[in-house]
Amino acid sequence: MFVPSITNPIGDVVREWVPKLAEYLPVAIQSETLNSIVAFLVNAVICVIAVCAVNIGSAPILIYMERKVCAHVQCRLGPMRLGWHGTIQTIADVLKMLFKEVYNPGGVDKIMYYMAPLIVLIAPFMVAALIPFGPTLVVADVDMGIPLIIAVNGFGVLGILLGGWSSNNKYSLLGALRSGAQMISYEISFAMILLFVVMITGSTNLMDITQSQSGTVLDWMIFKVPVIGFIAFILFFISSTAEMNRAPFDIAEAEQELTGGYHTEYTGTPFAMFYLAEYIALVTNSALATTCFLGGFHAPCIGVAAVDTYLNMVPGVVWFFAKVYFMIWCYMMVRWTFVRPRVDQLMSFEWKFLLPVNLVMLVIGAIYVALF
Amino acid sequence: MTERITTKQYIKRYLKRCITGPWSLMCGLSVTLKYFFNPKRIVTEQYPENRKTLKMHERYRGRLQMVEDADGNNHCTACGMCERACPNASINVQPTKNIAGKKVLGRYVYHFASCTQCGLCVEACPFGAIRMCQEFEVATTDSSTLEMILNKKEGQG
Repeated sequence: MFVPSITNPIGDVVREWVPKLAEYLPVAIQSETLNSIVAFLVNAVICVIAVCAVNIGSAPILIYMERKVCAHVQCRLGPMRLGWHGTIQTIADVLKMLFKEVYNPGGVDKIMYYMAPLIVLIAPFMVAALIPFGPTLVVADVDMGIPLIIAVNGFGVLGILLGGWSSNNKYSLLGALRSGAQMISYEISFAMILLFVVMITGSTNLMDITQSQSGTVLDWMIFKVPVIGFIAFILFFISSTAEMNRAPFDIAEAEQELTGGYHTEYTGTPFAMFYLAEYIALVTNSALATTCFLGGFHAPCIGVAAVDTYLNMVPGVVWFFAKVYFMIWCYMMVRWTFVRPRVDQLMSFEWKFLLPVNLVMLVIGAIYVALF
Repeated sequence: MTERITTKQYIKRYLKRCITGPWSLMCGLSVTLKYFFNPKRIVTEQYPENRKTLKMHERYRGRLQMVEDADGNNHCTACGMCERACPNASINVQPTKNIAGKKVLGRYVYHFASCTQCGLCVEACPFGAIRMCQEFEVATTDSSTLEMILNKKEGQG
């Protein structure tokens, strides 16, 4: 019998309740198989809703946060009018975006044009399903977590290329091809640095990677391997920033050069979906960084028993999201500080610096694993 | 296009960039972090809220104004230099004769609607009789209010 790999507490409750409810059915159709199938389907629906809630719910928060961080970096206050400190501003923005007319210019390949925003959304949603948010909160506890993430991340390139190509616009096509080259290049170092983590922990399961970092702060991947762990974290930060097409690597959009790049021609809801995908990718990449380097849902214990008991009383989900939002804040500070490199500088940085350093890191990681 | 350098030079330059690059990035990040954690540095004005306390800068050019003393007397001699300096013909100096038969300012008509607040009239005035005032809320629903007579009294001559 197929055993669904849903290990959240709600899943257990559903598995308990389905046989009880099944007793009210006619005896002829009562069976263990039916119960387990129904329980699995109900759990699947719960998981889909949970993933959608985490992803789509975080987007307005992130838009608000980005505007505030950007404003304070630039000595401004940001949105202040709607609600307390402009908190309702993003809701107004989202509503405005949804009520706009969906319009497409002439000569557009319509199927591809409307499919591209959907494809872009696939990758972040699938990655979010693999992330362990708490000791018992994970939608899909698959053994091949890291390879699956590396594989799924390729969908982002596909969506951006399709969107740019089908728009029948020179700027869109240029932006899409530029970003295609960029994302494919940086995917290599992104995968390499995840392989470094796999090499140190000896597992590709994200839950196992998190559990291997339990203990004090010094057991987190970033400090576990002295110095190299920190360098690996910074390399992951750089390559994931490029993966997400965020500034300083926002070659795909490059507002000043390409008037928005691949989503120049998109309006209304399709544009909102590109926007959403960008922010969900921010959440999932931060979650990935948290899982792989910052100890996932483990509390930042410092080795003093009196403090650690209090820190462990806070649920793991809270720690996880605290770390995720810290990572997001880091990404935002970087975005509003650094300048965008040229395309050739970007490519030479990847192929002449990031990739060789990643290969050296893999070798050092192998030596570390062999020695300790 | 690229200059020819030896491999040794290339490696030296590459390694130097590995140090200087991150250093310059850290310098930039330290500035933005300083701004982020110091809300007192905010330079923008929260306009409708601080309307009572908002003071415009000294050099701000609002609409044209006559320099008058407490009694409302001005320094204008109706020489017409401002009228000639104005590129938009927004100023119309209408002189009159006082009891002594001397040419003095009768009405100083100012068309605010066509004024670009360039300040050339203020620079042209040899007597310092006019200035640009600091008033900036000049929107109106009635275009006839844009045509104004600036002097309260006739010129003293």
